[in-house]
Amino acid sequence: MKSSFFHNKYKGIVIGGSAGSFKPITKLLADLPKDFPIPIFLCLHRLKHVRHGFIEALSIKSSKPILEPLDKEIVRPGMVYLAPANYHLCIELGNTMSLSTEGLVNNSRPAIDLTFKSAAYVYKEKLIGILFSGANKDGALGMKAIKDKGGVTIIQDPEESMMNTMPLSAKQVTEIDFCLEAEKITNFLLDLYKAYQK
Amino acid sequence: MQRDIEIAELRRLTQYIDDNFDYDFKNYAMSSFTRRVRRVIELYKFTSVEALIKKFKNDPSFFQEFVSEITVNVTEMFRDPTFWSSLRDEIIPDVIKEHRKISIWHAGCSSGEEVISMCILLKELDCLENATIVATDIDQSIINKAKKASFSAKNMELNKQNYERYGGKNDFLSYFVEDEGFFYIKPELIERVSFRVQDLVKGNPFSKFDLILCRNVMIYFNQTLQNEVLKKLHGSLFKYGNLAIGSKESLIWCDIANKFVVVNNEEKIYKKIKD
Repeated sequence: MKSSFFHNKYKGIVIGGSAGSFKPITKLLADLPKDFPIPIFLCLHRLKHVRHGFIEALSIKSSKPILEPLDKEIVRPGMVYLAPANYHLCIELGNTMSLSTEGLVNNSRPAIDLTFKSAAYVYKEKLIGILFSGANKDGALGMKAIKDKGGVTIIQDPEESMMNTMPLSAKQVTEIDFCLEAEKITNFLLDLYKAYQK
Repeated sequence: MQRDIEIAELRRLTQYIDDNFDYDFKNYAMSSFTRRVRRVIELYKFTSVEALIKKFKNDPSFFQEFVSEITVNVTEMFRDPTFWSSLRDEIIPDVIKEHRKISIWHAGCSSGEEVISMCILLKELDCLENATIVATDIDQSIINKAKKASFSAKNMELNKQNYERYGGKNDFLSYFVEDEGFFYIKPELIERVSFRVQDLVKGNPFSKFDLILCRNVMIYFNQTLQNEVLKKLHGSLFKYGNLAIGSKESLIWCDIANKFVVVNNEEKIYKKIKD
């Protein structure tokens, strides 16, 4: 793999997914070390009326604490933030997050595109965007925004994805730096972790 | 418009608005406000923020349309059903027991779904007659819509589901009259509500209340503005009055957080304990 990607300047990782993404993302969170330093923002399509349970299910195996942020909450290193049900999650200048009840985007709230675009605007080349399995196109334009700002784009290999529409849509609209099986995505982040240990 | 909207452009826009209209958007939260401005630009096919400002210069009446488009009007009846059941089971009975009456302000009421939820709740508690309700919004056209109180059949499905999750015991649709695919709230249910245009940013406290609902409104403001607006809400509450904000909002970062205590952290209901 291109070594230029492995440095310790990243400010954030945004991860999006929908149908078929829960399992690989749970696995990813389980495999990351507890002191993985880069904040992770998860935007996953979820049932709007189920406020509880989702974060607990994600947390069972995770070595890291997962939080649904409150509006204007400060981003802290090493945390995993999950977009709350029925709210869009955005990253703001000044190291905070904001929530919004604006209308559905791509038929979704939270919408991956909004999280990704706002993060791209704030973190520019210091952002990694990862898009997992999903049955709609949400996230594709977000990945484009990340690439346009110089960030890193990773999709779960469509061959492996339970639903390949989401990663394929991203591939259609922008350059993808890495197309990887879920396990390799974890390895990528573990290699990155090593860069932060130096 | 393909390119990003620059911060400098937004500043020119909000400054122009502040200078020429009595509205101040300078401290709205950046990412959502930028999206809303972009939305207006795309909707009306302007080529840039400058073109939008030019439109204001040539046609100041366009400004009200702009306000309608810039504000977020996504709401549901009984949104967060457990919030409404805690009002029904704890907050409102306590106020009624103490004072035999209750005054309520819906700050940022949008198209009125929460006002209707409140009226239904009060009716079912048999204390609608004891309530004074004021509902305000920055946008004249959405206030008109709230007064009209008609809802499409499509939206009623979700409203009804929320009502059932809230534990409503009645036939939800019996509170409405159906006409050609639209559901109108029965007028007697909202006759005690006073709908008014009011801007939380520029407006001043106009009365005192036992309960203020300001849910998912301050999320569109930055921290500076949240602080200012919270002071106004505080000033509009009787001592020991209740303030409800959105389930993912918090007062903890606000300057006067210590003048409130948490009544229900899950549902984000606070009580004013200090003047």
